[in-house]
Amino acid sequence: MPLTAAQARRPWLLLAPTLVALLVLMILPICIMFLFSFYEFVTAGVEKDVFTTANWREFFTDSYYHYFIWKTVRVAAITAVLCAIMGYPPAYFIAMTRFRHKWLLLLLLIVPFWISFTIRTFSWIHILGEQGIINVTLLWLGIIDQPLRMLYTEGAVIMGMIHFLLPYMILNIYVSLEGIDRNLISAARTLGCTNWEAFREVTLPLSLPGLMAGLLLCFVLAAGSYVTPQILGSGRDALFGNLIFDTIMGQLNWPMGATLSMVLLVLLGAVAAVYSRYMGLSRIFKGLSR
Amino acid sequence: MSHSADTNAGPGWQAIKAVTILVYIFMFAPILVVMILSFNDSMFGGFPMTGFSLRWYERLAENEAVLRAFQTSLWVALITSVICTVLGIMGAMALVRYDFPGKEWVNTLVIAPALVPETVLGVGLLLLIRWAQEPRTLGLMVAGHILLALPYVVLVVQARLIGIKRVYEEAAMSLGANRFNTFREITLPLLMPAVVASMLLVFTISFDNITASMFWRPAGVETMPTQILSMLKISISPEVNALGTLMIVITVGLPLLGGALARILARGAKQP
Repeated sequence: MPLTAAQARRPWLLLAPTLVALLVLMILPICIMFLFSFYEFVTAGVEKDVFTTANWREFFTDSYYHYFIWKTVRVAAITAVLCAIMGYPPAYFIAMTRFRHKWLLLLLLIVPFWISFTIRTFSWIHILGEQGIINVTLLWLGIIDQPLRMLYTEGAVIMGMIHFLLPYMILNIYVSLEGIDRNLISAARTLGCTNWEAFREVTLPLSLPGLMAGLLLCFVLAAGSYVTPQILGSGRDALFGNLIFDTIMGQLNWPMGATLSMVLLVLLGAVAAVYSRYMGLSRIFKGLSR
Repeated sequence: MSHSADTNAGPGWQAIKAVTILVYIFMFAPILVVMILSFNDSMFGGFPMTGFSLRWYERLAENEAVLRAFQTSLWVALITSVICTVLGIMGAMALVRYDFPGKEWVNTLVIAPALVPETVLGVGLLLLIRWAQEPRTLGLMVAGHILLALPYVVLVVQARLIGIKRVYEEAAMSLGANRFNTFREITLPLLMPAVVASMLLVFTISFDNITASMFWRPAGVETMPTQILSMLKISISPEVNALGTLMIVITVGLPLLGGALARILARGAKQP
């Protein structure tokens, strides 16, 4: 049955407000960002709309920026990998357990999404700080006689990000594991595989899409973070997001801020594109949309 | 399942169980610590505890900056969740119920704001209004929050909509209902759990947002998270712990209540 013009138009009418919102609030701003990155910085808060590649030249030649890129990528990669290592066993447990109140375990994973991110981040100060539970306990036990310096380090930043990202990882892997046909595992076992071999040969490969989705999500969110390094890191632990914020809000250097934002966007966009080429983007959020 | 294929046994399984418990402790210990410390009598927001006290809550009730920030966040989140949910439902209806050229592209585009770093979205919106020579307003912040939450609404509603059979809608239409009435009488009631869920989700996303809000808030206006951040910069006072605890109680209590409500609504929809 051929569509009438009205029928063909209907989905677009329904989508119109969403598309307008995305166009005005995301696409257009990114285009302007691209434009601004070629403007000339005059002085704090002032720029001239003449075409110059100075910002881009500065970015490509100044090792200061390369250092930030490298550090951001490294910290985000460490965070994502640690999330995968810490997240896989719980996801496996929830998927395979015969515990009757599985929903409770899942609910407990979703609850952190409701608790304010700021609170979850600063709560680590009470664990890692000089007055924190670890130092106070170790001092009291006499194991150490000076508080350990754990807060305001790169480790603390990574810890805070893992704490925030772990539910994303676990849910993604869980959804993947849940989709596996259990007969395949039984078949592997009857054919003589040990539990571990069955896991390595059947379960793990079949759960890879979820694992990869989790890795991508954790990497992207960690690399774009601003608040965690701000609260849990020292000045030296600033990441690319902090650099952008300081360039724009502190130095009021809008063209350079636009350039750096474009860099972060392209960098993470490339990672997402490579992933999407093999996996498809929409499955990243499968675990979250249930 | 035969016994030989049982994976829920053996030392491997016990290890997995132990790790799972540790991970859950890891998730919740810091939050519990904040809640416990909020009752600490000490002047300093850390250990050791020096006694039980509610005085930080009393202090909080008199803190006008916090109350103002709370109101701001509440209104922004309320308006955002209503508008965003409506937009999201319309979008999800189009993406699930219709086939049209370019659908894959639209799908990717709708999810994109969740993957673009908030810092970039934050800068983008600022550049837009700088380019248009407009000041920062609360309206802009609401618009920004809508953008941030939209992907999640579309995903949540989509997931539920796929489960609602098209035949119900077709039946209503063959009985003479027009599209809007069909949506109101059939689809929307069946969709209600997803609607409630997305409203709560958007509310928390907006209420909780800090990174983007740092860029978008008008001069002199604080939202709840930015207020907490500025309090943290001065000192880690027990007042911050009290504030954190209150927010935890509200943000965990509300969705649980909403979830229970959604379940009741879902049951009602199944047995009219």
